[in-house]
Amino acid sequence: MEMPTPDATILERKDRIVARLMSVLPADAVIHDETETRAYECDALTAYRCPPLCAVLPASTQEVSAVMKICHEEGVPVVPRGAGTSLAGGALPTADSVILGVARLNDVIDTDYENRFIRVQTGRTNLSVTGAVEEEGFFYAPDPSSQLACAIAGNIAMNSGGAHCLKYGVTTNNLMGVTMVMADGEVVKIGGAHLDSGGLDLLGLVCGSEGQLGVVTEATLRILAKPEGARPVLIGFDTNEVAGECVSDIIKAGILPVAIEFMDRPCIRATEAFAHPGYPDCEALLIIEVEGSPEEIADQLGRIKAIAQKHNPVELRESQSEEESAKIWLGRKSAFGAMGQINDYMCLDGTIPVNELPYVLRRIGEMSEEYGLGVGNVFHAGDGNMHPLILFDANKPGDLEKCEAFGADVLKLCVEVGGCLTGEHGVGVEKRDLMTAQYTPQDLEAQLSVKDVFDPKWVLNPAKVFPLAATQSRRAG
Amino acid sequence: MRPETEADLAEAVASAKGHLRVTGGGTRDIGKPVSGDELSAAGLSGVSLYEPGALTLVAQSGTPVEEIEALLAAEGQRLAFEPMDHRVLLGTAGVPTIGGVIAANVSGPRRIQVGAARDFTLGVRFVDGRGQVLKNGGRVMKNVTGYDLVKLMAGSWGTLGVLSEVSLKVLAIPEAEATLVARGKDSVAAIKALAAALGSPFDITGAAHLDAGVLGESETRVRIEGLEGSVAYRARMLLQGACSGFEVVEGDASAAMWRQVRDVAPFAEKEGTVWRVSVKPSDAPVFTNALSAQGVDHTAIYDWGGGLMWLLVKNAGGDGGAGAVRAQTAALGGHATLVRGTRALREMTEVFEPEPAPVAALTRGLRAKFDPRGILNPGLMG
Repeated sequence: MEMPTPDATILERKDRIVARLMSVLPADAVIHDETETRAYECDALTAYRCPPLCAVLPASTQEVSAVMKICHEEGVPVVPRGAGTSLAGGALPTADSVILGVARLNDVIDTDYENRFIRVQTGRTNLSVTGAVEEEGFFYAPDPSSQLACAIAGNIAMNSGGAHCLKYGVTTNNLMGVTMVMADGEVVKIGGAHLDSGGLDLLGLVCGSEGQLGVVTEATLRILAKPEGARPVLIGFDTNEVAGECVSDIIKAGILPVAIEFMDRPCIRATEAFAHPGYPDCEALLIIEVEGSPEEIADQLGRIKAIAQKHNPVELRESQSEEESAKIWLGRKSAFGAMGQINDYMCLDGTIPVNELPYVLRRIGEMSEEYGLGVGNVFHAGDGNMHPLILFDANKPGDLEKCEAFGADVLKLCVEVGGCLTGEHGVGVEKRDLMTAQYTPQDLEAQLSVKDVFDPKWVLNPAKVFPLAATQSRRAG
Repeated sequence: MRPETEADLAEAVASAKGHLRVTGGGTRDIGKPVSGDELSAAGLSGVSLYEPGALTLVAQSGTPVEEIEALLAAEGQRLAFEPMDHRVLLGTAGVPTIGGVIAANVSGPRRIQVGAARDFTLGVRFVDGRGQVLKNGGRVMKNVTGYDLVKLMAGSWGTLGVLSEVSLKVLAIPEAEATLVARGKDSVAAIKALAAALGSPFDITGAAHLDAGVLGESETRVRIEGLEGSVAYRARMLLQGACSGFEVVEGDASAAMWRQVRDVAPFAEKEGTVWRVSVKPSDAPVFTNALSAQGVDHTAIYDWGGGLMWLLVKNAGGDGGAGAVRAQTAALGGHATLVRGTRALREMTEVFEPEPAPVAALTRGLRAKFDPRGILNPGLMG
């Protein structure tokens, strides 16, 4: 993976840039010592690292604005950073860039239960948004698996999803408004406590723009009343095909569970060995969760079980208690950790039309043999959002490259069958060079021209999302 | 011009010598009047893909909405965002197209629970102002690959590009529905009751209030949908709580009530200017009370728990109430669109909510990129 050569003139100006930033921020909010900037050298895509020029931790929209104004004037690239949990390298710095961390922006500004929204500063973690409203019986729906750590800022930048978005949608469907600092420091407000836009839908454009259009400092988020209860059922099958058909039949029957999770045999075995959730040893496992009152749950699960029975499951286990529910979810939630016990892994999130699941899983299996690298699949089946975990050994020369080539082939396959490169993690640096597999040069140019409007000097996260060659002439730094 | 293929559509735009008035079925005559040759997408018709098991449908932009709804209904599915049929309110003729629905981001009462048209649009193909065919998104439920131009196109009223194809997420038609109805509440009490219902865990899919001036007596309505047992249970729970004193209306009678709200049908036969206003729900009665205090003769249908107001303004002077309405959106936040007004009124009034300067600059910049010659519905949105 290639990153742009750092701009030597920026590196030379480090002292001056740091001094200017210190003139608008408290001293402890500017991190420039080389031993300390290492803390910001990567995000959760740890294969790539590079300490930034410096990192800043503003605590208000005004401070963010002051930082952006300086960086814009100096022509210094700015890499916004939420909690650093991006799996796509969205917060990977370059040596000539300033990391703008939102960690100190973590206040709740307003909670309004009557109108069902919460306004927060975006450094706040996803789970703590729900934490702020759960006593009143509300929750914030998008639930990425990193929700304990990840920040709302990053959720907005990547338009994050989660296991329960089959029913509740992803970030963009739950975001009502933002306060955003533009590349030149100007502060704009888009949306608010009302629904939809009176003009062009700029909010929809900003969500998922990977920190390239502005730095979102405040967000108005839709909150929902918590369901009365939820219960999962676990269903095991002999083949991936049959599990896929079962998912399709449930959806066609008009039942909309809140989550339909799918694990294949390598993942089931790894998880069982690691967390002992008591999963059956079978080819494919579905975890389907429904919500409502006890009677409503029984009604929905009854229908799901009837459909599943027609497909001759090898196991059909309905949770009878909170403990059993927790145990069923335990395996799913520890799947990544379990695979990580076996080896290093790369996690992809290409999305495919649901009916292509069996074919794509078979092809991934074949590629796994061709490349000689193991792969486990655990994913959101209801919406076709795959998560192949490709195993490799980071200490073995050539293994990472082999793994990346395998991953690229999987993602191209996703596009071939009518899907896309990334369903919820974002492009970042990881899938930047694959964008041409999904989009024509004209399609990409249309997106680049959007950035031209928001950030004419291309200072915000400039080396991400698009192939470097396509952005060469535009980038700052 | 009425091209029948995407290539011909692209050619029509590329070779245009002047302004184009972009239309679908021509049923939504909204916005500043646009001069120029008509470019209709209605000739691009047909559903190219429908996968009920994947909840996805792909259609050419000129496909009639009724054709799509019939196809979906045969599989027990529907467009869950419940698009309004503007013919009722505007008295227009023609056949609404799916491209028109998406270009105008048209959503009905269920928007409050499931999301807007833009939330159900998975992908678009369109022709920009240069005549280039572009695509964004796709036909999968989750897609964060690059910028979301799908959202940008939804609700851009043909000013950034002419849609040629849309991919949509569809949902199942629930087994049952019921509406809880109360009469005689004033708007403050009604919006409070709706907020309480929407704050319950019972998945309310419609929350509306019709002023006394609409049907003769005010009506407050709360809709629930789902499995039969579930609807019965939720109705029972709501009657004991947020909707105490309401009565239950089921089946077709319930469906008819929401078609009426969706299409703003009670205003069809009434004279006056019609505004569509989006506000914070609890601000809705504040908004209308302020209009009354200023002597603006009006009546309102509140949807989305109050978050969407349809205002029928009568005898408000030359500006159709624009000054009074916009003073309230400025004070309270939100936005107002003039949906039904004479041509003269639309010529002299901002039809869409004026944007603050920095946002307006972004809008202008985007238009200049997507339509550098300024030929697509120029000025329609202001």
